[in-house]
Amino acid sequence: MRFHGLSHHAATLCIVAALAAQPAAAKVISVSATTPDANEKLQEALILAEPGDTVQLDAGTWTLTDGLSLDVANVTVRGAGAGAGGSVLDFAGQQGAGEGLLVTSDDVLLTEFAVLNTKGDGIKSKGADRIVYHKLRVEWTAGPKETNGAYGIYPVESTDVLIDSVYVRGASDAGIYVGQSKNIVVRDSIATENVAGIEIENSYDADVHDNIATKNTGGILVFDLPSLPMQGGHNVRVFENVVNDNSTPNFAPKGNIVASVPTGTGVLVMANRNVEIFDNVFDNNGTTNVMIVGYRYEHKDPKYQPLPRAIVVRGNQHGKAGYAPKFPGGEQIAAAMGGSIPPILWDGAGDAVVLDPVGVLSLNLPDVATPQSEAKPAPVDLSKGTVPAALPAITLPESMEAKVR
Amino acid sequence: MRRVFAALAAALLCSSGGATVPLPDGKQRVIESDAIPQKLSAFGLFPFGPEAPLVSFSYTLRTSLFSDYTDKHRFVSIPDGKQARVLADGTIEFPVGTVLIKSFGWADVNEGRPVETRLLIHRASGWVALPYIWDADGKDATLALGGRRVPVTFKSPGGDVHTIRYGVPNKNQCKECHSLNGAIVPIGPKARNFIFPDEIKTMRSVYFENPAALRPIMPQWDDPKAGSVETRARAYLDVNCAHCHNPAGSASNSGLFLRWTDDPTGVNYGIGKRPTAAGRGSGGMEFAIAPGDPDDSFLIYRLESTDPGIAMPEVGRSTVHKEGAALLRQWIAEMPKDARN
Repeated sequence: MRFHGLSHHAATLCIVAALAAQPAAAKVISVSATTPDANEKLQEALILAEPGDTVQLDAGTWTLTDGLSLDVANVTVRGAGAGAGGSVLDFAGQQGAGEGLLVTSDDVLLTEFAVLNTKGDGIKSKGADRIVYHKLRVEWTAGPKETNGAYGIYPVESTDVLIDSVYVRGASDAGIYVGQSKNIVVRDSIATENVAGIEIENSYDADVHDNIATKNTGGILVFDLPSLPMQGGHNVRVFENVVNDNSTPNFAPKGNIVASVPTGTGVLVMANRNVEIFDNVFDNNGTTNVMIVGYRYEHKDPKYQPLPRAIVVRGNQHGKAGYAPKFPGGEQIAAAMGGSIPPILWDGAGDAVVLDPVGVLSLNLPDVATPQSEAKPAPVDLSKGTVPAALPAITLPESMEAKVR
Repeated sequence: MRRVFAALAAALLCSSGGATVPLPDGKQRVIESDAIPQKLSAFGLFPFGPEAPLVSFSYTLRTSLFSDYTDKHRFVSIPDGKQARVLADGTIEFPVGTVLIKSFGWADVNEGRPVETRLLIHRASGWVALPYIWDADGKDATLALGGRRVPVTFKSPGGDVHTIRYGVPNKNQCKECHSLNGAIVPIGPKARNFIFPDEIKTMRSVYFENPAALRPIMPQWDDPKAGSVETRARAYLDVNCAHCHNPAGSASNSGLFLRWTDDPTGVNYGIGKRPTAAGRGSGGMEFAIAPGDPDDSFLIYRLESTDPGIAMPEVGRSTVHKEGAALLRQWIAEMPKDARN
């Protein structure tokens, strides 16, 4: 397993290489946190940048009152580091905009800065193809609070998304959230003390690997929800991650889907098809290491497929799990089973293959219409099913990989 | 002094009527170039000061977007000899060289003079949105590409005094609302909402290829005689929300679509719709609109908040539009409770 690049200060070489690779006409626009009207000047720089340019954030703390946005293609926003001595965009006094930074153009690289304490989402990109999030920190510094913003890093409606070596803490929904997108890699990142550490929702073709999801309510979520423009989530690989100690009590505002995630969940798959969960290290997830369920809420979307299908669980290491199951009835089931439930939980709907040599508990709810009160929990053997053909690895355009080398 | 008065009179005539006065030499060329001038005067649209631009005509809207209780004055400058056209879906297509001009102010701020003027310019390369803030002496206005917060105190029609840091949007924020499939487009002038000034009705055929297609069928949101609570609520949602909340707008991913033409009974109109990416905006509620129950509808919660993590719209509002929220409350309260099923 590789965990390179998690330090926020060790990127000098990367910067030199990236600058050298740019065309001669590209310019660097430097902006300083100490200029009067720094908010306005930084926003102007983001507007006046031309394709190929770099907007360079000097080291220092920026006190910002309004959300920033970038709508120019092929621009790099580069700070002097995501740590305390780097470039810190502080939104504690934010008065407007739904996020700290919004990107709506293609081929953008965001790297080496921190976004703190936004009122809404941290960094959002919408319809921004080939976006690269690299060596960033998005954090609500007081830790888990219901009043924190929803998503830390939030690409949506995009094709080709790379999230590499970021650190996200305190999101009241998901730390790293990829929605309604295609061809996605989330790697080498840390998500901690969020409701959901990493979430892939209504998306196709994603690799989530070599991340650490720790001390969240739920570590890594793969969801599909109804009544959205893009749905039918599928082809997601979750592998070689460390998913441990996801014990933070759920602090999501009620009504949001993640408010229903039981504290102590490792990986949760809801209503997707072709999801592979392999070679991860699980430990200390009090509800379950892996949960596979259908979407059990009322909906009126005839095109929506609420069942999990073709889910594969193999090759994972299972530490302690299931000792404090926080779903309705969970504690009684645990008591009846001698104090804890097996590390893998299936609601009984759809289909899954589990090759890990650990127990699986089925709630025996054969479809999503059967109410949870009719659960008949019992161990089940899911190792005999036919394993679907392995998913191919996600390949991103070379231009994106070059930006993080 | 006589000449000044004459000029002012001419300007006032222009602002309420049809322009026969052409733009100063070369100004149309500036409008159609790629220039982003620092000063508004570069366009030659305001030779007489902020209140009376040199334009083709002024217009109003049946129902207008709420922007912190500002009085808005809207003008169009169409190049001589060219015409706008109403498309089948009610969109108005303006020729290249057109400038849509919108000035924002309050009667009790700056002696009623506008605080800012936004231009939407149709150039060969597409529409460009530029915000200008009027200088203290009111003689010219200065580009504010990066936006600005302007402290103001004003009284709203209900008598409440508001002291806010009014947000002049930056160039990108202009686009957040004026966006369709990622390109900038006008959002106010639509046939169903557009009112050509009555005093110069005969001039419609000068500026429009098919003036008969200008049919303002949407009701005025705050005129009970103009339509039922439901139709007025839908007009309000169309004008205040649907520029983002449509399948090609900035909120396309939300699946909440609030155009006048959307099915007002559907889940995509918010009825029984669970939050998507709403975060704190859900306010702990399950549905955007819970029929019969405005206090359990987070659409209302978001309209009544000014917290940036909760408030809708996300841009352009630092106060709560009490009267607008009251209309939507009434609309939801009057829905049968079982409308969701």
